[in-house]
Amino acid sequence: MSTLPKVIDQIQFGLLSPDDIRKMSVTRIITADTYDEDGLPIDSGLMDGRLGTIEPGQTCKSCGNRVGECLGHFGHIELARPVIHVGFAKIIQKVLRAICRDCARLTLSEDERLDFDKKMDKYEEEWGELDPELVKEVLKKATKTSTCPDCGKDKLKIRLEKPTTYYEEHESGAARITPSDIRAVLEKMPDGDCRLIGINPKVVRPEWMVIVVLPVPPVAVRPSITLESGVRSEDDLTHKLVDIIRINQRLSENIDAGAPQLIVDDLWELLQYHVTTFFDNEVSGIPPARHRSGRALRTLSQRLKGKEGRFRSNLSGKRVDFSARTVISPDPNLGINEVGVPSEVAQILTIPERVTEWNIEEMRELVMRGHDDHPGANYIIRSDGRRVDLRFVKDKATVSEALRPGYVVERHLKDGDIVLFNRQPSLHRMSIMAHEVKVMPFRTFRLNLCVCPPYNADFDGDEMNLHVPQSEEARAEARILMRVEENILSPRYGGPIIGALQDYISAGFLLTRKNAFFTKKYVCQLFFAAGFQDDLPPPTIQKPVRMWSGKQLLSTLIPSLLNLTLTSKACIKCNVCEKEDCPNDAYVIVRNGNLMSGVIDKKTLGAGQANSLLHRIVKDYGNQRAREFLDSITRLLLELITSKGFTLGLDDVDLSVDSKNMISGVLSKAEEQVDELIRVCKDGELERFPGRTIEETLEMRIMQELAEARDDAGTIAGRNLGLHNHAVIMATTGARGSNLNLAQMTACVGQQSVRGQRIHRGYRGRVLPHFKEGDLSAIARGFVKASYRSGLSPIEFFFHAMGGREGLVDTAVRTSTSGYMQRRLVNALQDIKNENDGTVRNAIGQIIQFVYGEDGVDPAKSDHGKAMNMDVIFEKILSQRRVEE
Amino acid sequence: MEENNELPFAVINELKEKLEETEVTEDELDLIIEEARKAYSKALVEPGEAVGTIAAQSIGEPGTQMTLRTFHYAGVAELNVTLGLPRLIEIVDARKNPSTPMMTAFLDVAHKTDGTKARDVARRIEETKIEKVTYDIEINLSNMQIELKLEPDLMEDKGLTPEFVVEKINKLKKGDAELLNEYTIIVRPKIDSFTELQKLAEKLRTLPLKGLKDVKRTVIRKEEDEFVIYSEGTNLLNVLRVSGVDPLRTISNHIHEIADCLGIEAARNIIITEAINVLEEQGLDVDLRHVMLVADLMTVTGEVRQIGRHGISGEKASVLARAAFEVTVKHLLEASTRGEIDHLKGITENVIIGQTILLGTGAIDLMMSRERKAKKKEGKK
Repeated sequence: MSTLPKVIDQIQFGLLSPDDIRKMSVTRIITADTYDEDGLPIDSGLMDGRLGTIEPGQTCKSCGNRVGECLGHFGHIELARPVIHVGFAKIIQKVLRAICRDCARLTLSEDERLDFDKKMDKYEEEWGELDPELVKEVLKKATKTSTCPDCGKDKLKIRLEKPTTYYEEHESGAARITPSDIRAVLEKMPDGDCRLIGINPKVVRPEWMVIVVLPVPPVAVRPSITLESGVRSEDDLTHKLVDIIRINQRLSENIDAGAPQLIVDDLWELLQYHVTTFFDNEVSGIPPARHRSGRALRTLSQRLKGKEGRFRSNLSGKRVDFSARTVISPDPNLGINEVGVPSEVAQILTIPERVTEWNIEEMRELVMRGHDDHPGANYIIRSDGRRVDLRFVKDKATVSEALRPGYVVERHLKDGDIVLFNRQPSLHRMSIMAHEVKVMPFRTFRLNLCVCPPYNADFDGDEMNLHVPQSEEARAEARILMRVEENILSPRYGGPIIGALQDYISAGFLLTRKNAFFTKKYVCQLFFAAGFQDDLPPPTIQKPVRMWSGKQLLSTLIPSLLNLTLTSKACIKCNVCEKEDCPNDAYVIVRNGNLMSGVIDKKTLGAGQANSLLHRIVKDYGNQRAREFLDSITRLLLELITSKGFTLGLDDVDLSVDSKNMISGVLSKAEEQVDELIRVCKDGELERFPGRTIEETLEMRIMQELAEARDDAGTIAGRNLGLHNHAVIMATTGARGSNLNLAQMTACVGQQSVRGQRIHRGYRGRVLPHFKEGDLSAIARGFVKASYRSGLSPIEFFFHAMGGREGLVDTAVRTSTSGYMQRRLVNALQDIKNENDGTVRNAIGQIIQFVYGEDGVDPAKSDHGKAMNMDVIFEKILSQRRVEE
Repeated sequence: MEENNELPFAVINELKEKLEETEVTEDELDLIIEEARKAYSKALVEPGEAVGTIAAQSIGEPGTQMTLRTFHYAGVAELNVTLGLPRLIEIVDARKNPSTPMMTAFLDVAHKTDGTKARDVARRIEETKIEKVTYDIEINLSNMQIELKLEPDLMEDKGLTPEFVVEKINKLKKGDAELLNEYTIIVRPKIDSFTELQKLAEKLRTLPLKGLKDVKRTVIRKEEDEFVIYSEGTNLLNVLRVSGVDPLRTISNHIHEIADCLGIEAARNIIITEAINVLEEQGLDVDLRHVMLVADLMTVTGEVRQIGRHGISGEKASVLARAAFEVTVKHLLEASTRGEIDHLKGITENVIIGQTILLGTGAIDLMMSRERKAKKKEGKK
């Protein structure tokens, strides 16, 4: 059954000679018509049955195959007169300039030729191709020579008038050279000379660049479509070919009839135009050939080119079966390596499973259930290769009984199957990861929130794709290399990219802050959610009620023996660190798996945080343990935060009257100071910053002043809002938002800017007609005094919209530029791999690095860039000493 | 690879440092080294790993998170430096004309601690044209002469004397200059014509008096305990010759200039430092090894090559790979005249023809010896 796979070893590029074209052609195309009145293809017409078949059920007249098997066959058109191939116009010109028009030899002396020959031989022997540098040299030298050393004739300058007309520049004026003349000269060129100018005579003769026989692509390349109305619509290429045949016919008729040279030349030129546009319809200098509707035709060149062209769209990118796409939604109850698949999807996507003695009963059951009941099957492939579609099977029992070992059952996706999950744009390898299937009701893909960062997914309508690997090898690779837990550590920086986010972080704080104690009932509830099954640890508080501290609860989930010290997000970087006595509880200490001090926040659990608690667990206890840890802790935190409640309301961003007054005081003082600065500047007393003009200096000073004012307002607001405020909790733990956002909501939105400057565009000397010309004051240049809570004035609102718009435009521009940079980087680097000998080489084996990254360490396996964590090693060895003592 | 567990320098140094603060016995040290070796061999790259793609993704992916705007250089508020995504693109493009070329000139022992001496060096570096020190250049048509009014403060600031300026103008040999009074110079053109007068005035305006070409501006900053000169515009080759400059530490951010002046290895290093600086400034964490790979690829041939169609991607050996990237048709046509052969060693080529790519799990194959297979069959019989 299975044949040895054919391996393509190499591809040789070259040109087809007219003889080759005739030989591979199945018919000469003579008539420009396609179908007769009965709708049957005309013989020797463009849709000749021998060119292959495109209609289902029909057999090909040449090879007898049906639609799928017959690849199509070429035909040919004999051109009445030769024409230039546009793509080679430049090369033809170069050749013509380098050779003698008379004897068709390169205008080099015999010695030079021998010398170049020798050099070329040497290069070819060494590299197996012609030396492009030498070719340039030969061309330069030969082009420079003005008389032919062989026959002594003077060389004339050859001018190429784009796209395809050549002129010979005599003293008396320019004379046109016809393609026939060119072909005649090129024919005479000896092979040895061709080689020197970079034309490989083994596969190409220069005269082949002038076309005398035009290959007609098979119909499969240019299928006609039948519209609903029954009207046939032909492909662009067919249209072009019709044009070529018509003109060609007219030309040959005229030549035969002995028409005047002028008419023949005109038609010849027209033929040249049609052949040119057949190859490339975007040639500069000539109008593109158009469809009746006025749309430019999409001819050969256009089919290959660009993003939607054959290369990038069909050859480098391929479409697949066994894939699904739908909207995603969150499900915190799934594990991070799971994906919720709608049962509708699971009933369509299948996995081929071979029937064996051991699973035959199970397979029979699946077949019995059929295609429309969930764990069922869609097809049976019998050992002879015949497919049975279970949708059309009436008697499932017989079919299922007929199952034999060796049959293959294409069964539905079921829980535990491995699938690839992907979200575009696939910017890094974590954009495609392998998940385990969990078949679920409803119609969205469900995923754990912790895997949002690697996919960069959110749930505002994002869609994701799912692929089902069909072979055992593919599934093994997916399971071993691509699973979510294998990708917790990002190769970008050697830290976890998967981790807790948003509410989990807030909850971490709520759980582990100093005054967090929980009753037994509550603790049990939390532990149940986390899947913790051991005995409860002894409570921290015995009386009056037994209470457990949050730190204690968390400690039960941390692997015992883990030791770690770090500062949390709340750390304000005091000059002298008070360590355990930190007033913010920002000094996190884990001793033997117990959280001794410090509060859990983004720095300890967060996604994308190197050197965090999560990072240490992944590095020291492995991916599986980390996954379990993350799964259980997120469930615990979720239970906590859902039962406790965590909201943000208008009153959370309300300030006391005192604070409000203080803020408005700060702001008006800043405004005064700005006015003062403007006055000083007007008086010419402002001190210039070195290398800046007075105006620039003033702007800088003003912006500095206002930024300070906003920060001051923010601090005042911050003082007013304590850690009981949910918005503050989110900002300080790093769950969401920053202190700046907080300040903008509560105190003052601050300076709006466009292009890094205060807003200054609009009318002459002012942004809006509400201000005086040349008004430089804070308000006139986009300073927003109000907070989001208090509401913006109409003018402020307008400024804010201006600043906001810039942000939007910025994002839109950035995605495309960075996307292009990424494409170029990937394209340039994709062939580079680490070889078995430890060197880093490109596709052709050139060494790029002798040792990868100078130390051979894989960033993904490194400890935040370093080969190992020395502290951990010391700890490991030295702790043994402690034990012994 | 298992024999190669010689620890890299960075690890040994870290170990040394750590040992200085902790006391360990000899046995423990042996155990620690053993453990370090184990950890090192575990952290090595897998053979066949697609390190190139990973590097490209690691640098490209954070591109989406970068700002598009030019910001002031952190610290030197006086100089604008392109940062963020535009600068990163500039680096991988290996642009011949970066938008903000800049030099950082460190000073030698004699000059680095003295502010006035540093300013002297800066004067020697900064290109000073006449227009920079004149307050007005007037064309006097009635007397057919040009009057230059020098600004005394600026002259002093740049360390110039009027006599020096006169001499410079006379060296031009386009006209005769003389001092009218202390700060006014009169220049009479050799040829009496209005157009000549105009031309001369223009020429005088941009006549360099002092300093290095293209160095538009210098800023002196005190960094820790030494003075450092930053400059807008670069002229590395000549700045290294200026007395007072420490040629060992002075650098520019212009990749091609560095390559021409200090060699390809230096260019490779500057690509790394520049790229890392951009990424770090944006707060993006990218492993150094990825940047190193990109820099090494850009410089392997001994010339700085761009990442893209005019560099690495355009010089690939495979026709299909080139055609699949950009300018498809041109590459195909050229390949056909040259009769090129595509050996299908790369990734794109194999994707195009639908074969397994030679990376990772695709890079290995299971081989079976014919003899052994035959023997086994015989044995069975």
